[in-house]
Amino acid sequence: MGIVTPGFTGRPRSGAPELPPGQYLTPDFPVLSAGPTPRVPHESWEFVITTETGAEYRWSWAEMMALPQETPTVDIHCVTRWSKLGTSWQGVSLDTLLDGVDTAAAYALAHSYGGYSTNLPLDDLRAGRAWLVHTYDGADLPAEHGGPARLLVPHLYFWKSAKWVRGIRLGLEDTPGFWETAGYHDYGDPWREQRYQGD
Amino acid sequence: MGWQPARLAHRRVETPTAQTLVLQVPGWAAHLPGQHVDIRLTASDGYQAARSYSLAAPADGERIEVTVQRVPDGEVSPFLLEGYREGDPVEVRGPIGGWFVWRPTESDPVLLVAGGSGVVPLMAMIRARRTAGNRAPFRLIYSVRTPSDVFYNEELRHRVRDDAGLDVAYVYTREAPEGWRGEPHRVGLADVTTHGWPPDLEPLVYVCGPTGFVEAVSDLLVGLGHPPGRVRTERFGPTG
Repeated sequence: MGIVTPGFTGRPRSGAPELPPGQYLTPDFPVLSAGPTPRVPHESWEFVITTETGAEYRWSWAEMMALPQETPTVDIHCVTRWSKLGTSWQGVSLDTLLDGVDTAAAYALAHSYGGYSTNLPLDDLRAGRAWLVHTYDGADLPAEHGGPARLLVPHLYFWKSAKWVRGIRLGLEDTPGFWETAGYHDYGDPWREQRYQGD
Repeated sequence: MGWQPARLAHRRVETPTAQTLVLQVPGWAAHLPGQHVDIRLTASDGYQAARSYSLAAPADGERIEVTVQRVPDGEVSPFLLEGYREGDPVEVRGPIGGWFVWRPTESDPVLLVAGGSGVVPLMAMIRARRTAGNRAPFRLIYSVRTPSDVFYNEELRHRVRDDAGLDVAYVYTREAPEGWRGEPHRVGLADVTTHGWPPDLEPLVYVCGPTGFVEAVSDLLVGLGHPPGRVRTERFGPTG
C-alpha cells in the first residue's frame, strides 16, 4: 500500500466493474496522438504485411473489405489511465490476414500513415486477439480515432492499437516503436500495469 | 522509475477552478519542459487513484509545479483543489514523456498554441527558455473562454515585457475583455497566420488542448504547409 493522503476517500468502490490497476472508467472516447491527424482516402489506402525475407502481402481497401468480417466488442485501456468498456468494432481478424503469410518471425512492427509505429510480439496478433478495424459503433471510424483503419489489440494498452495503420513488418528481432522509444513499456499489459520502461 | 513520496509545499490560485500545486519531492531528477508526472493518492483503506499532470515549470531544486484544472465530478482534481492540505503527502512518479518536449538547447523558432488548460506544458517551455537564457523566438497563441480563465495572467504580462523574443496573443471564445478588437471566436486561419510563424521559417510547433481544439489547429497548420513531423500535439482528455 502507498502512503495515505489524509482526507482522500475516492469514489465509492461497491458495484464498480473490475478494471486493470490504476485505471478509471470513462464514458467518453478521448484521443491521444503525437501529431496532426493524417487523412487517407480509401482509393489510395493499402495495407501491407512485409515478412523478414522482404516478401509483401498487399490489400487494397476493396480487397480488405471483401475478407470475412468480425464484430468484436471489447474493453479498451489507455496508458493515460482511462478505460472504456464494451466498445464495438467491425473489421478483419489478423488471423485472416496472417493466414498464408509464410514467416518465422517472432515480432511485429505496425507502422502508420503519418509515421507512427508500435511493436508487439507476433503471437499477440494471433489467436483471435487482434483486428484491423474500420468501423466503430456502427459508423466509419473517424480519422481522429485512427480511420480509415486502425489496429485493435485490446489486451494491451491502447497505444499498441496503431491508428491509421498502413502495414506490419515482421522480424526475427524486436524493434521498438514510437512511444516505446520515448520511454513507454515494450509490451504494455494493462493488467500488469506495464506503463513505462522498467515496470 | 518508481513512486516517490512528495508533500504539498504551497499552492497558488490561478483561476476560480484551477490552482498550481508546488510539491516538494526529495531526490527529484531534472525534467524537460513538456514532460508530465503521475500523482497517486491512497485512501486509508488502501484504495488508490492516479492521474497524469503536465509539469508547469522547470524544477526548482526538489520542488516541482503542476497546475490542476477542476474536472466537474472528477475523483482526483476536486480533492487536490479543495481537500489536499499543505504538508500532506502524495506519491509522484516521473518525469514521463519524451516526445512533447522542448529542449532548451534548440534555437529554431517555436510556435505554441494552447487551448484552455493546455497552456500548462507550454508555460513550462516559456519558463525554461528564460531560465536557460535561450534566445529562440517564441510565440504563444492562447485560446481561453473568458479573460478570467487565463492561467499565469500576471506572469505572462511581465514576461512579454521582460523576456526578449516572446510574444503572446490571446483568442477569446466566449467573452472578450473590454477594448479587445473583434468578436469572441475559435482559433482560425487569421489567428494562426497573424500570430504564428510562416512555414518557411521551419518553426517547431507545439499544440496542446482538448481534442477538438488540437484537431482543428493542427489541421490548419498542416494546411498552411507546416510539415506534420514538426507539429507536436498533446490532447487533453477528461482526467478527473
